[in-house]
Amino acid sequence: MTNFRNHLYFLLLGALALIVLPYFISSRFYIDVLTLIFFTAYLGQSWNILGGYAGQFSFGGVMFFGTGAYVSSILLTTFGFPPIFGIFLAILGGAFLGLIVGYMSFRSGLKGSYFALITLAFAELLRVLANSVEFTGGGVGLFLTYAPGLSNLQFESPVGFYYFALILMFISIAIVYWLESSRFGAQLVAIRENEDAAEALGINTLKCKIYAIMIMGAMGGAAGTFYAQKYLYLDPPIAYSIHLSVEMLLVTIVGGMGTIFGPLVGAFVLHTVNEIARHFIDTPGLSLIVYGLILIIIIGYLPNGLIGAFKKKEKKSDSTSLDKKTSRGDS
Amino acid sequence: MLKVNNVTKRFGGLVAVSSVDLEVNEKEIVSLIGPNGAGKTTLFAMVAGFLKADEGKVDFENASVLGMRPHQICKLGMVRTFQITQPFAGLTTLENIMVGAYSNTSETDLARTKAEEVAEVVGMTSLLNQGADGLTVAGRKRLELARALATDPKLLLLDEVMAGLNPTEIDDIVTVIKGIRDRGVTIFLIEHVMKAVMNLSDRTYVLNDGKLIASGTPSSVAEDPQVIEAYLGHGAAEAMAEGA
Ligand SMILES: Nc1ncnc2c1ncn2[C@@H]1O[C@H](COP(=O)(O)OP(=O)(O)O)[C@@H](O)[C@H]1O
Ligand SMILES: [Mg+2]
Repeated sequence: MTNFRNHLYFLLLGALALIVLPYFISSRFYIDVLTLIFFTAYLGQSWNILGGYAGQFSFGGVMFFGTGAYVSSILLTTFGFPPIFGIFLAILGGAFLGLIVGYMSFRSGLKGSYFALITLAFAELLRVLANSVEFTGGGVGLFLTYAPGLSNLQFESPVGFYYFALILMFISIAIVYWLESSRFGAQLVAIRENEDAAEALGINTLKCKIYAIMIMGAMGGAAGTFYAQKYLYLDPPIAYSIHLSVEMLLVTIVGGMGTIFGPLVGAFVLHTVNEIARHFIDTPGLSLIVYGLILIIIIGYLPNGLIGAFKKKEKKSDSTSLDKKTSRGDS
Repeated sequence: MLKVNNVTKRFGGLVAVSSVDLEVNEKEIVSLIGPNGAGKTTLFAMVAGFLKADEGKVDFENASVLGMRPHQICKLGMVRTFQITQPFAGLTTLENIMVGAYSNTSETDLARTKAEEVAEVVGMTSLLNQGADGLTVAGRKRLELARALATDPKLLLLDEVMAGLNPTEIDDIVTVIKGIRDRGVTIFLIEHVMKAVMNLSDRTYVLNDGKLIASGTPSSVAEDPQVIEAYLGHGAAEAMAEGA
């Protein structure tokens, strides 16, 4: 923490650099890649709060994204409700879904892989549901009209979406920054490290975990609106894609779970690797293999992610969360 | 302050705790002794809300705590430590103790101050910035004590905080526990180290095979033939001799 405060100046400079960056980049391609990096970092951060801080790994994080996307998009297509307000209902919808999923699974004591699987099941269930009801447009999907303007959260230039994603990412970093220095954050970490001890010391572990998944849900909901307004099309496989669930946990694990900048670092590295592999390797499928190999190497050799590896170099005695989880021996 | 009434706990066919009655009064240090597997930890777990009693009543300050969750019981002022230490391994000693301190404040600065104070009381000041996973057995036991103390309990339930410590470390922790009592905290402790039991307790309960077989002052209990038999039967005669 203190370390972080000391670096605040440096960080503000970094934020400023990201804000002015579009003025120096004319390539639409790079703006789009950066937008995607921020978007994934944001979703990764939402996963990080429940997974990295509270230690509850979810495998169906996409459900909040998809539900948020449907909420604001259906409101728009059916009632003409402007997305700039719709996004707040998407946030509410995501949080509410988090409440339901969290209450049902945490109350019955689901943990570890069981919790991960139940979130996966919820996401799949919602996908099937979205496919079979009418108001989502079913399998045909929802088409949104292109009508740029702030009230629609649509922008003529890709730079508009760049800033939209950047703001989302800044907000997510602010949330986690607050977590790091707040009681709630300490309680989540205590739950991650040892749930029984946390409960014994007066922490309402059930309530804290539900709050954490609601925050994740709220954040995912906003991401859904962002996506729908950027791509103007939504169907169940997109809204509830397993791929996105995996991506948000992947960027966080690669970057470093339970750290403020893990998801951003992970998103940056993975997207860059992905783009480079795609650019230099022509054989179809081979770029994916290279991408996979790099993933294996990072996860296999850096159990605490890139940030964890960096920290270890900085302070040799400092051990980080994943180590401890495996070495939680007892006297 | 704490009243346990006719409490029973079964694990399948095994009766781990069988119709136990006991009482802890304010400002007392009461100990619970007995051979391994006697049901001591199970009794603590029921009192602190970690296990549901099959029968009986548990009252804390004249109100039933049966069916409450551990965090609620902690908020009432009764907190347990774990025989098998349960540190937040990824955190420092300070952060561990702060988790306890947060039970009474949401202010990070206040929690830190409180944690530092408590560390002083249990003698962990020099270890504050050390990772909890790097602590020695003695360190971990102290950390259990410190975290629980940081919640500002009225009644502390200590489960074998001296197990695995050397004689010097035991003397140290006995002094710490006396100090905590002098600050007005009531203490109920499970202990195997007879010397410490003799030295610390106002009263002692003896549990064997889930049943209370004796209670009274430590010295009277130590002379009770039933108690001696229980221990001899489990080959712990030396421990008794050392204590008596
Ligand atoms: N969760 C459990 N499930 C089944 N049996 C248990 C459980 N916990 C304790 N026991 C059994 O209950 C008895 C009492 O255990 P415990 O309370 O740990 O004894 P003590 O703390 O006095 O050494 C032992 O025989 C133990 O094996
Ligand atoms: Mg025990």
